[in-house]
Amino acid sequence: MNAPTLWIIVPIFLGTLLLFITNQRLLSVLGGSSAVVLALMAQFVPIELALRLGPLSLKIDSSLTVLGRVLLIQPSEGPLLALIYGAAALWFFGAEASKAAPRVVPLGFMIIALMVASIAVEPFLYAALFIEMAILLAIPMLTSIYKPPGRGVVRFLIYQTLAMPFILLAGWLLAGVEASPGDLALAAQSAAMLGLGFAFLLAIFPLYSWIPLLLEETSPYLVGFLLWILPTMTLIFGAGFLDRYSWIRSSSQLILALRYIGLLMVVTGGAFAAFQRHLGRIMAYGAIAETGFSLLALSLDLRIGIPILFLLIPARALGLAVWSLSLTIIRENVETMRFGAARGVLRLTPLAGAGMVVATLSTSAFPLLAGFPARLALWEGLSRVSIGSALWMMVGMIGLLTSALRSLAVISIAEEYTSWEPRESQAQILMLGLGVIGLFILGLFPQTVQFMLADLPLMFEHLGR
Amino acid sequence: MAVTFAWIAVGAIIVTSIGLLLTRDWRWGISLLAVQYLAMFVLALQHWPLGMAAVKVVAGWMSAAILGMTRSGLSTIDSGEEDTWPRGRPFRLFAAGIVALIVTVVIPGVDTIMADAGFAVTAGSLFLIGMGLLHLGMTTHILRVTIGLMTVLSGFEILYSAVEGSVLVAALLAVINLGLALVGSYLLIASNSQEIESA
Repeated sequence: MNAPTLWIIVPIFLGTLLLFITNQRLLSVLGGSSAVVLALMAQFVPIELALRLGPLSLKIDSSLTVLGRVLLIQPSEGPLLALIYGAAALWFFGAEASKAAPRVVPLGFMIIALMVASIAVEPFLYAALFIEMAILLAIPMLTSIYKPPGRGVVRFLIYQTLAMPFILLAGWLLAGVEASPGDLALAAQSAAMLGLGFAFLLAIFPLYSWIPLLLEETSPYLVGFLLWILPTMTLIFGAGFLDRYSWIRSSSQLILALRYIGLLMVVTGGAFAAFQRHLGRIMAYGAIAETGFSLLALSLDLRIGIPILFLLIPARALGLAVWSLSLTIIRENVETMRFGAARGVLRLTPLAGAGMVVATLSTSAFPLLAGFPARLALWEGLSRVSIGSALWMMVGMIGLLTSALRSLAVISIAEEYTSWEPRESQAQILMLGLGVIGLFILGLFPQTVQFMLADLPLMFEHLGR
Repeated sequence: MAVTFAWIAVGAIIVTSIGLLLTRDWRWGISLLAVQYLAMFVLALQHWPLGMAAVKVVAGWMSAAILGMTRSGLSTIDSGEEDTWPRGRPFRLFAAGIVALIVTVVIPGVDTIMADAGFAVTAGSLFLIGMGLLHLGMTTHILRVTIGLMTVLSGFEILYSAVEGSVLVAALLAVINLGLALVGSYLLIASNSQEIESA
């Protein structure tokens, strides 16, 4: 047995099998349980070390050779796999409540496996090919064959597909830069290629127009899942570039570019969220700001930036899961998610309304919520480097806070004497309740996930040390 | 001799990519796409062995067949978005001319960066990338968007074949081409779903 088979091929096979199951609950339980098993194995079963179970001895090899190239999962990457599959379990268990299990569980497994393959493949620049395959699988997840696709899906496909050539060419050019480090023109060309590739992949301003469109057109739960897995794994892939190429890591221009782009994402995300009149679009801009926070973390001294980047991951996963599940439930009970149609919806979906507001507050770094510890550390780190940047980050967070308060006002304003008629199912109440409690626990006791996060920087050779 | 064939392939690429931009009949579109993949195969042969280059043309033709078979099952007439100014044929020809001009200017520079891939290879690939991007910028029609993306990827694959000879990359790119065609077909069927449901 080897690690790539266990965490890449098995999930793809499992996802294919789950395509034939249509029962929401069964899919949700099977998918969630399988993801939990994969996460537990990643956390507790050592790679490349013999594990004795009574008379049996089990050893998981780290590599698998495919067509002359290697898929390699290092022992130090175990905690990352645990984090990814653990968060996937959260999404899959919540799938029943969102009524999206037939799409999110099977295709979600395959997408996660491909994203893991993108981290595992050697040479690592081939990752772009696996990411593109995941993008292609995301299309049937986002659209139904019985409904015409919207502009958002088409734009998502175009933008994400255009990323692949840039990343692959950048990878090749970077090898040339390594061979002749003095060639500044080549370095600039490769950096430009790399920047364009990641701008498309991470939906950097102004290439993020597909995110609000998607959240208007499609189930928020499905979009939320993609807004969690794609940027998270892409950021880790991007950090890999920083780790491998010292000239990128030590480039002051790149650090500045990362900081300004991160701030642009946070400020535009926050400001646009504050002025939206659609609950889905607010979540879209919240997710955009989340990516901005991660880029800001990468712009700091990487000894503190990398731990902050990893601290942002669980908060992002849980926050987006609660937010998107809440919106999916609200969407079921209103005509559209525009403010006009969603007025007073709190009386129909009280827990979903609360979940949405708490998740928005968490994204805006509201104290005691999951997003707070990482953003506080980020803000502190940023203020040491540049007070102006820290102030701009605050502008973005104020924008997000404003959007949370506006959303709360809209969903709670109802006609006088309107009675409370909660319509949430038991599964929805359970999942939302657990999610909201989780957001508070992560905010109050951020050390609860430290056992997974502490060793994550070890997956890099140079970063976070 | 190989260089002559390569330049003939470049000529074919220019004709097919402009044809794809101008044609309104999907049958012509699919046929031109298939010819484009043949030209791509000839250019890939400049750097790759026959077996690996053949993967490109086989995957490309399969992709074209997938799109063609799906489209032939749908009875919707093409949307009239192309009829209005400034997206009429003269405008498209003018835009294609600008792309050709830009490509001509940047060929020497790109050829140097790409380890002297060869002028024909660089010209063909850049022309495909440029025309594909132009295509993507002009339409929201699913079939045309898919063809535009496949054109951009074809151009990139030609250029990349000059610097990368990995079997895994060739296989994954073939899978991506086929996947793109399948996704395009899926979206094509979905975009006609109202008609299917009402039929």
